[in-house]
Amino acid sequence: MSVDTASGTITAPVEVAHPRDEQVAFLLMTLALIVAPLFAYPFFLMQALCFALFACAFNLLVGYVGLLSFGHAMFLGSAGYFSAHIAKVWGWPPELAIIAAALGAGVIGLITGALAIRRQGIYFSMITLALSQMIYFFCLQAPFTHGEDGIQAVPQGKLLGFINLSDQMTLYYVVLAIFLFGFLAIHRIINSPFGEILKAIRENEPRAISLGYKTDRYKLAAFVLSATLVGLAGATKSIVAQNASLTDVHWTMSGEVVLMTLVGGLGTIFGPVVGAFVIVAMQNYLAGFGQWVTVIQGVIFVACVLAFRRGIVGEIAHMFKRSL
Amino acid sequence: MRSSVAITALAAALAWAGSAAAQNKNVKIGALSDQSSLYADIGGPGSTLAAQMAVEDSGMTGKGWKIDVVSADHQNKPDVGTSIARQWFDVDKVDVIVDVPNSGVALAVNNVIKEKNKVFLNSGAGTSDLTNKACTPNTIHWTYDTYALANGTGTALTKSGGDTWFFLTADYAFGAALERDTTNAVTKANGKVLGTVRHPLNSPDFSSFLLQAQNSKAKVIGLANAGGDTTNAVKQAAEFGITQSGQTLAALLLFITDVHALGLNASQGLTFTETFYWDMNDGTRAFSKKFASKMTSGAMPTMVQAGVYSAELHYLKALDALGSNPDDGAKVVAKMKEMPVDDSIFGKGNIRQDGRNIHPAYLFQVKKPGESKGPWDYYITKATIPADQAFRPLSESECPLVKK
Amino acid sequence: MIPLLGISTQALFGQLLLGLINGAFYALLSLGLAVIFGMLNIINFAHGALYMVGAFCAYFLLNLIGLNYWFALIISPLVVGFLGMVIERTMLQRLAGLDHLYGLLLTFGLALIIQGVFQNYFGSSGLPYAIPRELSGGTNLGFMFLPNYRGWVIIFSLIVCLATWFVIEKTRLGANLRAATENPTLVRAFGINVPRMVTLTYGFGVALAALAGVLAAPINQVRPLMGADFIIVVFAVVVIGGMGSILGSIVTGFLLGLVEGLTKVFYPEASNTVIFVVMAIVLLVRPAGLFGRTA
Repeated sequence: MSVDTASGTITAPVEVAHPRDEQVAFLLMTLALIVAPLFAYPFFLMQALCFALFACAFNLLVGYVGLLSFGHAMFLGSAGYFSAHIAKVWGWPPELAIIAAALGAGVIGLITGALAIRRQGIYFSMITLALSQMIYFFCLQAPFTHGEDGIQAVPQGKLLGFINLSDQMTLYYVVLAIFLFGFLAIHRIINSPFGEILKAIRENEPRAISLGYKTDRYKLAAFVLSATLVGLAGATKSIVAQNASLTDVHWTMSGEVVLMTLVGGLGTIFGPVVGAFVIVAMQNYLAGFGQWVTVIQGVIFVACVLAFRRGIVGEIAHMFKRSL
Repeated sequence: MRSSVAITALAAALAWAGSAAAQNKNVKIGALSDQSSLYADIGGPGSTLAAQMAVEDSGMTGKGWKIDVVSADHQNKPDVGTSIARQWFDVDKVDVIVDVPNSGVALAVNNVIKEKNKVFLNSGAGTSDLTNKACTPNTIHWTYDTYALANGTGTALTKSGGDTWFFLTADYAFGAALERDTTNAVTKANGKVLGTVRHPLNSPDFSSFLLQAQNSKAKVIGLANAGGDTTNAVKQAAEFGITQSGQTLAALLLFITDVHALGLNASQGLTFTETFYWDMNDGTRAFSKKFASKMTSGAMPTMVQAGVYSAELHYLKALDALGSNPDDGAKVVAKMKEMPVDDSIFGKGNIRQDGRNIHPAYLFQVKKPGESKGPWDYYITKATIPADQAFRPLSESECPLVKK
Repeated sequence: MIPLLGISTQALFGQLLLGLINGAFYALLSLGLAVIFGMLNIINFAHGALYMVGAFCAYFLLNLIGLNYWFALIISPLVVGFLGMVIERTMLQRLAGLDHLYGLLLTFGLALIIQGVFQNYFGSSGLPYAIPRELSGGTNLGFMFLPNYRGWVIIFSLIVCLATWFVIEKTRLGANLRAATENPTLVRAFGINVPRMVTLTYGFGVALAALAGVLAAPINQVRPLMGADFIIVVFAVVVIGGMGSILGSIVTGFLLGLVEGLTKVFYPEASNTVIFVVMAIVLLVRPAGLFGRTA
C-alpha cells in the first residue's frame, strides 16, 4: 500500500486487475456462503453478511476513492431505524422497507456528502465524524427511535407476499442474495469508466481536474453510492435482528468497520468480506471470554497495523501475486 | 380378571409415562450480563458466580439432574444480546437466561425468549416495562424495578420533610422513567418538583448541573441516573458542599459497589432504596460471605447478584416439583408463580401474574466513616417497605396477563 | 440581578466560570494531542487511555506507596511519559512516513488494550481519590461557591499550557523540534538526533495527558473508561484549533469549555454534541481550523 502523506490519502495496491482471479474467487466465495448454514449458525452468518456488505461499501469509499470516513455508522444506523420503523409502524412489507430505508440513507449521504466533500484528508474525516455525532444525537432524542431501548420486535413478514422470512434458512438465502447484489454492484462500479475516474481522482486529483473532470461531483456520487449500499446493509440487519438500536449509530461502530476493512485488506474487493466475518466471529465466539474481548480486539488492531498492513486478503493476494 | 388386566395396563402406562417424563433431567442456564463495561461490577462475573452457587446449593445434582451454567458478555448492545440468546437457544440448548442488566438489552432478549418459549429470570434491568407493557408468560422480573426504587426513595424522603425536589436526569429512556416514577411518588406524598435538568449519558462533569440544582433551593436533589454518572455526581456534590449547605442528595439507583467505589467520605448520608444488603440477617450474611470468598475482588454481592441466586434457586425448585425439564418455558414459569418464594436472601414473597416477584424493599442510608467497622460495612437500614407496598399494584398494571 | 434569557446574571457567571474550568481540562488534554500531532504527525488515539493511566498512577502512589497528590503531579507524568517513549520506540517508529491512518489505528488498538486490561483488574466502578487537604474547601465568590480545587485547576492548567506554548514556539529546543518535523533529513544533517527527539516529544505529549489525569482524579471517579468519554471531544478541540497549532488548541479548549457551559444552561441534553456542531461549522468556514496553517 503506498501512501501520500501530503494529502493524507491511502491508495490501494496498484496491481494489474486479473478478471480471471476475481471470477474464481467470487465463485468460491458464493459457493462457500451457499453451504455455510450447514456448518455454522445461520443467525450469526446473516449478521456477518450484513457487516460484510457494510465493510465492502465502506471500502468502496476508502480503498477506491481514497476518502476515509469516520462517520459511516450514521448510514448503517439510520437505515436500520428507518426500516424498523417502516416495517413495524407503517406495516410495509420487508422488501419495500429495506429499499425505502436504503434510499433514505442515500439521501442522508447526499446531504452529509455535500458538506464533507468540500474538504480533504483528515478534515474530511473529521467532518464526517462531526456529522455522524449530530445524527447520533438526533437518533437519541427523536421519539420514534425510543432512545436506548431501540425499536423492538420488528416484524419479518413475507417477502414479495409469499416468501416467509420468519424461517431462518429462507431468511438466510434472502440476505445472501441481498449481499451478493450489493457486492456485484460495488464490483460493477469499480470496474466501470466511472470507477476508473474515481481511481484517477484518488491517485492524482489535480491531474484529473486538469483533464476536465468535475472531481467534486464524482466524489459526491461515490459517497452517495457508498451511503446507499451501507443503508441496504443496515436496513437488512434490523429486519434480521428484529431490532434497531443506538449501537449502530455510535461512533465506535464507525471504528469497527475501519477495523474490519483493515483486517481484511484495504482496497481489495474480498478483503472487507473476510474482515467482517473475522470480526463478527470474534465477537460472537469470544463473548464467553467476557472481559478479554476488548483486549483481544486491541491486540488484533495493533498486530494488523504493525505486521499485516495489507490485511488477510491483501497478504494472500501479494503472496500469490493475484489481484483479489 | 378384567380389573387385573386393567390395573396391569394402567401400571404399564404409568410406568411408561413416568419413564418418558423422567427422561429429560438436563438443564442449561445462561448468565447473560455486561462483563466488561458499566454494569460489570453490578452483575457481570458476580452474576455467573451467583448462578453457579445456586446450582450447588439446590442439591439437584444429587437427585440425578445435570445442570450446566454458561455465561456471555452482551457488551450493552441489544443486537449482541439477542444474537447470543438466539445462539444459546437454537444451538446450545440453553433453557433459561438470567441477569441481563441494561434495559434496552433486556427488552430485546425478552422478545427472543417469548418467541422460543424459554425462561427469562431478569435480575439486573430496571425497566418496569418487563412486567408491564412488555410482560410475557415466560418472564419473571426478580429483584427491583424503577417503580420500586422511585416509590421507596421518593415517598420516604418526601414524607420525612424533603418536599421539594430537583432532578438531575440522564438523558435516556431509563433516566426519564426513573424521574417520571419518582415524580409520581413525590406528588402523591404532597411534594413538589421544582425543576429538572437532563444531562447527556456519561458526562464526566456535573458541576454545572449541580449549580443549577443548588440555585433551585430544592430540599432534595434526585439523581435519576446510574453507574459512573451517579458516582461522579455524588463526588462532585460533596466537592461543592451541597450536603453541607442543607440539601439532601437522593441517588435513585445505587449499588453497594458504587458506594465502595466512592468511599464513605464522599457517599456518607446518601439515601436510596434497595432490596438486599449482605449484612441484614444470618441468611444474607451466610450467602454473602461465601460469595465474597469466591470472588477474585472479594466484593460482597449486590442486590442484582443476590437476585440471580435467589431466582435460580426458585427455578430449580420448580423444575424439581415438575419432575423433569418439560422444555416449555411458560409451563415452568407458571409453576414458579404457583409456588411461594421463601429463601434466606429475600425473605417471603410471591410471584404475581405479571411476572413481578414481590418482596420487601428497604430504605438505606450510607454510614459516616466513623460508624463503619470495615470494608463493605456501609448501610444503615432506615425503613422497611412491606412487600405489598413496594411494587406497582396490579390494579395499575397494563400487562395483558393480568385478569382484571 | 438582571434576568438574562430566563437566567439571572449571577447564575450565568457561575456557569461561565465552571465552563472555563472545564475548558482548562480540555486545553490541557488537547495540548498533549496537539504537540504529538503538530510535531510528529501522529493522531494519538491512546491519549484518553494514558490520561486514565495517569489518574490510576496517582491512586497507586497514594494507596500503595503513600505519596500524596503533590508527588503524584510530578511522578505520574514521568512514569506515563516513560511508558509513552517505550510505545513510540517499539511501535510507532515503524510507522514513520506512513499515512496518518496507521498511527491512529495503532494507538486506537493500544487504547483498547490498556483500557481492557485495567477493566479486568479494577472493574468498572472506579476507585476513590480525595482532594488534597491543602486544596479542599471553597470560597464564596458571591455569585457562587467555588471549590478551591477547581480554582487551582484553572490556574495550574493555564500555567502549564502557556509554558508549553512558550517552549515550543519561542525557544531553540522548540525551533529544532518544529524543524525536525518539517524536514528531518536536513535537521539530521545538523547533527541533531531526530528519532530521539521524536521519542522524547511523544513522551512529553503523553506526560501532559497523565498530568491532566492526576488533576482529574480528585474530581472525577478514577475509572478505566474515564478517558474513553473524552477522547473524541479532545480530537474535536485539536481539529478546531488547527491541527498543527499549540496556541490553537489551548484557546479552543477554553472556548469549548465556555460554549459547553452555556449549552448546559440552555439546552443541556446537547452539551456533548455542541462541540461537533462547532467543529463542522469551523471546518466548513475555515478549513485548517481557527489557527491552523494549511499544508
